[in-house]
Amino acid sequence: MRRPSIFQRSADQAELLIRGGHVLDPRTGIDGPHDLLIRDGHVAEIACANTLSAPEGGDLLEATGKHVFPAFVDPHVHLRTPGQEYKETIATGTAAAAAGGFGTVVAMPNTAPPVDDASILRAQTQTARQDARVPTGFIAAITRGQKGQELTEMAELRDAGAVGFTDDGWPVVSAGMLRRALQYQRLCGGVLALHEEDPALSAGGVMHEGAVSARLGLAGIPSLSESTMIARDAALALYEGGRVHFQHLSCVQSLVALERAKEEGAPVSAEVSPHHLTLTHDSVRTLDSRFKMNPPLRTKVDRESLVGALRSGLIDCIGTDHAPHATHEKEVPFEQAAMGTTGLETAFAALYTKLVLVGELELATLVERMTCGGALFDLPIPRIALDQTASVCVVDLEASFQVGARGYVSRSENCCFHGETFRGRVLLTVAGGSVAFRAPALADSAALAAVK
Amino acid sequence: MTGRLQRSLLSIEDLDRAGIERILDRAESFAEVSGREIKKVPALRGRTVVNLFYEASTRTSSSFELAAKRLSADVVSVRSIGSSVDKGESLKDTVQTLSAYDPAAMVIRSPHVGAAALVAGWTAASVINAGDGKHEHPTQALLDVFTLRRKLGSLEGASIWIVGDVLHSRVARSNILALRRMGARVTVCGPPTLLPREIEALGCDATPSLDDVGEADVVYVLRMQQERMQDAFVPSLREYAQRYQITSTHLHAHQLLMHPGPVNRGVELSADAIDSPRALISDQVKAGVAVRMAVLYELLVGSPTLEAVA
Repeated sequence: MRRPSIFQRSADQAELLIRGGHVLDPRTGIDGPHDLLIRDGHVAEIACANTLSAPEGGDLLEATGKHVFPAFVDPHVHLRTPGQEYKETIATGTAAAAAGGFGTVVAMPNTAPPVDDASILRAQTQTARQDARVPTGFIAAITRGQKGQELTEMAELRDAGAVGFTDDGWPVVSAGMLRRALQYQRLCGGVLALHEEDPALSAGGVMHEGAVSARLGLAGIPSLSESTMIARDAALALYEGGRVHFQHLSCVQSLVALERAKEEGAPVSAEVSPHHLTLTHDSVRTLDSRFKMNPPLRTKVDRESLVGALRSGLIDCIGTDHAPHATHEKEVPFEQAAMGTTGLETAFAALYTKLVLVGELELATLVERMTCGGALFDLPIPRIALDQTASVCVVDLEASFQVGARGYVSRSENCCFHGETFRGRVLLTVAGGSVAFRAPALADSAALAAVK
Repeated sequence: MTGRLQRSLLSIEDLDRAGIERILDRAESFAEVSGREIKKVPALRGRTVVNLFYEASTRTSSSFELAAKRLSADVVSVRSIGSSVDKGESLKDTVQTLSAYDPAAMVIRSPHVGAAALVAGWTAASVINAGDGKHEHPTQALLDVFTLRRKLGSLEGASIWIVGDVLHSRVARSNILALRRMGARVTVCGPPTLLPREIEALGCDATPSLDDVGEADVVYVLRMQQERMQDAFVPSLREYAQRYQITSTHLHAHQLLMHPGPVNRGVELSADAIDSPRALISDQVKAGVAVRMAVLYELLVGSPTLEAVA
């Protein structure tokens, strides 16, 4: 078995005491105030609150009243490099990730050109070694040019570091082509992550097909365009014994197909995005292009069903589908606007505010679902435990902030939560053993005091 | 008052019933102006109206131009063909360029939903939506309501059937909203492939069958566009015409016939229906100028009394 590949710039290993924070790690079961000592980028000690002192020459974060979680893992981001650096770069995208408490991200291959060749992947990993603020994995295309016609050289791409394969942005339309990829997966491994959409049903659509699209005169994308493909591809995965992951589920029909596939023992997993968990097609009534994404925002019933499936574990993890676009690509009529919303900087706060605070989801469940997304790529799952590489975030659940009021760390501003007031501010992120983010308020206050 | 026009007219939702009636009352006085030998009032003298048309249009663009001229405004008409739009200029840049002329109003027709609302955010001028994709065409709905009010006196309780390609029709959407606000009952009828899913959410009934059209007081027929055949929404124009064409035999003596134009003779309407005395098609065209004068006046002058007009 090959080692999973993850890339990060070299940075000073953290020497840090996080003092008195409420440490919550659903996997280790730890849930209470503790001191967390990080030495040389590793968890060196977990002790009773306010018993440890900061390492000499290291940092001290007074975290009493704050929460300490394993850093979040995002299995679905678009870093736009190479070719679309005007939207995002590996440097800005991973900085946005760190600002949102993420300690690991997996970048999609629909770049320009797409990642369908090992040379492109090697260029990406090289850049990540210099620029990635948090450990970053890269997923390669299933088909050349993501056109659904010919397989990429999947084995070579795996050797070059691909954590899996996806044609994200587009579905693998041909069942025969996906079957070949599933067969070939036996040679090279690597999950096939699938953007499910039947273009014969979704063609021309720009939002969910329903009462709002009827009112606005916008072409609709029926929920069935997603769920019928999930049913088809789960059957293929079961038949071939291949491993598939369903990206960004959006509707209740998909959950029915997913549940059935899991009951039958199909080797499948699924993710859901913060926006599908918190917003509905009613937001599109504004015709604000920040609410244009694919799959589209759907109905209240869909949203509630997705939350229920996340709670029960039918949906395995949360992926933001962070999709940055330049202002000029969004500042156009809705039908012409690019699809997608940024999500890295707001994911936790949005879900904490709109789901946990109102009682739809337990905090521990949210943390679990936001940290397990690397499993499908065989990436390490962050744990707050002795000798583990430090991958933690510190969050002030009491602090509220207005999204976008101070701009964004991402290069792009197309955030569907822009202007909303959320609770749950990320103060510090340690990723891959080094400090990847500290909140501006901390950077120059006594709260994070350098210990001489 | 919420239902009165504020700065712009982007959607019928900008108006409540009283707001619509106010515009119709104003239009009545302008209809009188249009009957004079000198069809001009000085209301907008020295002010500029820009017409920005990104789609082919005959009656809407000409009636907006005439409406502005009869109010003595200076009118600039820009069409996408042969303009900087043709050279790839973005809508925002075009609007900002034209805004430099300090127009009082900008009239926009676009193939894209929400274009007029976007424009309103980019210019200090009043913006009038002259059709944005399949979304809305509020001045068409106002002139249709104006025409019907003249014929029926009141729309309260009237049954209005809108027949044809509802899916692709901004006229249908604005009319459903406007007619409902005026107290009418609305039924949309067309091939199931051309009725939007959940259209009932707009407050209308929907049926694929023309069987009960006899109960309608007004039959409002939509244009059937040729390109819908290519997209396989209906198998053939022939079958469409067999099932949905309104002929004079459909029309009872009490029923009125409307169409937003341009008509496909022999497709959605038979020649005898078009030429029947039940048809209000030329009344609609005539109403277009008076209603658009009223909208421009309400937005740009908006004085509380009607007497100030002439």
